[in-house]
This record gives sequence, C-alpha cells and structure tokens, in this order.
Amino acid sequence: MKVLVAVKRVIDYNVKIRVKADNTGVETANVKMSMNPFDEIAVEEAIRMREKGLATEVIVFSAGPAQCQETIRTALAMGADRGVLVQSDAELQPLAVAKLMKAVVDKEQPGLVIVGKQAIDDDSNQTGQMLAALLGWSQGTFANKLNVVDGSAEVKREVDGGLENIKIKLPAVITTDLRLNEPRYASLPNIMKAKKKPIEMLTADALGVDIAPRLKVLKVEEPPKRKSGIKVKTVAELVDKLRNEAGVI
Amino acid sequence: MAVLVVAAHDGKTVRSNVANAVTAASQMDPDVHVLVAGNNAGEAAKSAAAIQGVTKVLDAEDAAYANWVAEDVAPLVVKLAPGYSHVVMAADSVGKNLAPRVAALLDVAQVSEAIKVVSPDTFVRPIYAGNAMATVQTADKIKVVTIRPTNFKAAAGGGSAPVEQIGGTGAGGLASYVGAELSKSERPELTSAKIVVSGGRGLASGENFKMLEALADKLGAGLGASRAAVDAGYVPNDYQVGQTGKVVAPDLYIAIGISGAIQHLAGMKDSKTIVAINKDEEAPIFQVADYGIVGDLFQIVPELTAAVEKK
Repeated sequence: MKVLVAVKRVIDYNVKIRVKADNTGVETANVKMSMNPFDEIAVEEAIRMREKGLATEVIVFSAGPAQCQETIRTALAMGADRGVLVQSDAELQPLAVAKLMKAVVDKEQPGLVIVGKQAIDDDSNQTGQMLAALLGWSQGTFANKLNVVDGSAEVKREVDGGLENIKIKLPAVITTDLRLNEPRYASLPNIMKAKKKPIEMLTADALGVDIAPRLKVLKVEEPPKRKSGIKVKTVAELVDKLRNEAGVI
Repeated sequence: MAVLVVAAHDGKTVRSNVANAVTAASQMDPDVHVLVAGNNAGEAAKSAAAIQGVTKVLDAEDAAYANWVAEDVAPLVVKLAPGYSHVVMAADSVGKNLAPRVAALLDVAQVSEAIKVVSPDTFVRPIYAGNAMATVQTADKIKVVTIRPTNFKAAAGGGSAPVEQIGGTGAGGLASYVGAELSKSERPELTSAKIVVSGGRGLASGENFKMLEALADKLGAGLGASRAAVDAGYVPNDYQVGQTGKVVAPDLYIAIGISGAIQHLAGMKDSKTIVAINKDEEAPIFQVADYGIVGDLFQIVPELTAAVEKK
C-alpha cells in the first residue's frame, strides 16, 4: 500500500508575524519558512508505517511556489521516498488544494492519505476532510493514535471531552493531532540522500483542476492589543484587585 | 433564505455552544432553523426549540446518527442545504470534523472560526494564531461557516419553536463509532466556564495539578493547561487551551506556570481578566496579563486558594 502525505510551506512557528502596512496580508518576504508542524507528524507516521512493513512507499505532496520543493526535500530527508509538487504562484485555498490532491490520488492510488489537521498560517482545518469528501472516503480526523489492520484503520481521535475511538474503512484520509507521534530529525546522510530523490513537477492546468479562490480576502488587520497590566507583590493584593477592581471573584 | 444551524448534542440536550451559534446565525438571517440529527434525540430537539431566535427545529432520526459519524451525517446536511443560504456550526471538534466534509460535497468554500458577522456574506476570522484578523467575503450560493462560540453571546432560553420530524439518510458503512474515553469531571466545562485555572510546564508533574484542582474547586472554575503540560502527560488532551486546542474567553483566566507562547495566547487572550503566576518575570504571559505575580507557584497557589472564598 502506498501512503500519500501532504506538506505545506508556512511561516515558521517561532516567527512573530507582521501584518502588511497596506492590509493586504501578512509579510512573508525574508521570513523563515518551514514545514507546517502538523505535517511533520503526518510524514513521521507514514515513514513509521513503511518501517513496520505496512506501507510500501511514502509519497510527499505539496502545492505552491517552487520553494515548496525545499519543504518536500525536508520530508524526503526524514525518509519519504519521492515527491509531487503542483507548482502554482496563485493563492491556494483549502478546497483547491483538496481538488489538486484528489487529482494526484486518482493517479497514484494510495491506500491511505495522511495530512496535518490544520496549517498554522490560515488555521482553516479543512483540507483533509474536504479531500475525504471529494474521494468518497472515510476520515479519521485529529488522530492521536492510528492502527492499520486488515483493510481498515482504528483511529483514536482527540475530541472535546477527551478521546474517541472509531473504525474506518480503507482507503481513508487521516488528519494528525499533536500527540500522534514525535517527528524525527533528519540525519546529515539522509539529507544528502534526499537530494537525489525524485520530485515530480505538475501544474493545476495539466491536472485539469480549477484553483480559483472562492473566498475573497478584503483586508488583513492587526488584532486589538490588550492594555498592559500591572505586577502585584502579594497574594493579598491580587485578591483585593480581583475582588474590588476587576470584580471577577 | 433561512440559515441552518447544525447542532451537536448528547441525546438529551444540545451543546451549550448551539445558543452561541444561533446568535451568529441570526446575524446572517433572522430565520434560523436548527438541525438535530440523532437516534432518539427528541429531548435534544426540544432543548434546541427552547433557544430564542430559533424559528424551526428539524429532528432527523436515524440509527446512523447516534455518534456523530461525519461520513453519515454529512449526506443529510448536504440534502437539506439547498434550501438554505448558510450552514452554520460551532467550531468545536464536531463542527471541525463535519463542516468541511459538507462544504466539499456542496463544492463551496468554508469560512472557519468566524468571530464576527460583518454582513451575510462577509466574516472576520483569526489567522496565524490570532495574530492577524482576516475579513473574507464568500460568493458561494450556500455559505458554510463555523463560528467561534466565545465571540457570540449565547441566545437566551424560553423559546418554543416547532419541531418537525424528518427522515434519515442511513449508514454509508464507511466508518463506525467504537467508544470513547472521556475525562470525567464535576467542574464546569472549559469553554463555557466563567473562571478558568490553567497550568503549564511549571507545574512539573501531573501530581501537582491537584493543587490547581483545589483552587479551581474553590472558585467554581474549569481546569485547563498549556500544550507543554499535555505533551508531558500531566493532564489529558482535552485540557489544552491554544491555537490548536480549545479557545476560552472567561471572565477570569489564571495562568499558572505557563510561559505564554503565542500558540497558547491564541486560546485565551480574549479573557476579560488575566492573571499570571510565573517565576520568570520576562515570561511573555505577563505581556497579556492584567495582574501578574512573579514568584514560586508552589507557594503562591496554596496561599491564593486559602485567600479566596468558596463559591
């Protein structure tokens, strides 16, 4: 069984983002970019499946500008086998990405797709569920544990009240939550090896997918700032402030 | 055209955040229908009918809807959606699982975690862990929107909307529910609690969270945690407050031993009053705190617990 994972190139989670002065978006020039952290977990899970003999090949999908090849290389250095990049400089929204992925899934016929549950830039939490819908597949979202057995997957999901166990038919789409695994670091020899692994370049046109954005971003603004507070010296002072100034206890 | 709110429920009552979703929905159109899909969910349908602003409740009964399997509930919502201008859900673990599946089947975009309804087709939503606010407009005929409950006031009770029984769409056989391991707690639910006491890596062990439980019990507070505390195994995953966990906005949020990474702040910075207790005076949490105490939490927390009156 082939496993397809998706990786997104996003502003690194440690970077403090800046809203552009003209309110059209967020400043991305000269900003450190990395693989979306949830996608690292997806890549790790797929590699572990191959190491256990549950997967035969791990294919890494990405969509976006040419620099996404670097993000795919990172996944290849972790141990994935080959990459597919749908190159586009246009804005790609979740529905468009799901459609691009569906086109690649139709071609590659993986038995399982693993994606991060959300990207830390647009915080949409949509693509995996949308892909499952377009394929008519089952979905195991917010996975805390994944166990593939005999044509189905047992998924432990992180839900509001705790954890939920479901059993889903394969093929399926899994979206990763934080506790699924701890992604490995790529070793230097593996980084070197990854340079030789193939990345196939595709376009939306060649795949026949309409990627026109459905949501129009009218403006992007700074959030309202909180007024800075004060430091108190003692617990008695804190309790007094909470009771008599804030009125919350 | 009316708005369809899809309500999560436990069979007896709809979740409290449905009342927040109804408020958001009524800002899109005054005609608000609520869909309660379940197996013997008549009581839950009645609880939805009591939310003011609801004009009709649809009670869809089907054994396949017993446990909110998205693969089985989505076809029902998709079948009903063409009669509506909007499909609205609270952005909780049910809404986040189901809404994108519905949107893709309808071939429409989804607006995730709207915090403001500007007009029926325009919404404000946080991006980059709430460090930027995007105003987005959708041209889709059916608009699928999840809303962040803490940003919309809960609609009051006392309503009496009619309940209409509708049929189900059956089980597709793709997925089945096996069981759940839910955290048992007598404390208020995190996302609707008036006060939240939250602990981080500074607690140093799961055992030490007992100290926070004592404070939470005295204040009638919900108990939360940072990602670091959950990853370290001090508390279960459903305690996590932050960008990818739960978003809370209580009257009082007490952050104890939490440094305040932007991912955590994303989940609590809309709280009315924030208190930070941390030994590191440079900790970023102090930048959003109304009241901060620099010091040893193992000394301060028991002192605070003793000083506040039992609620």
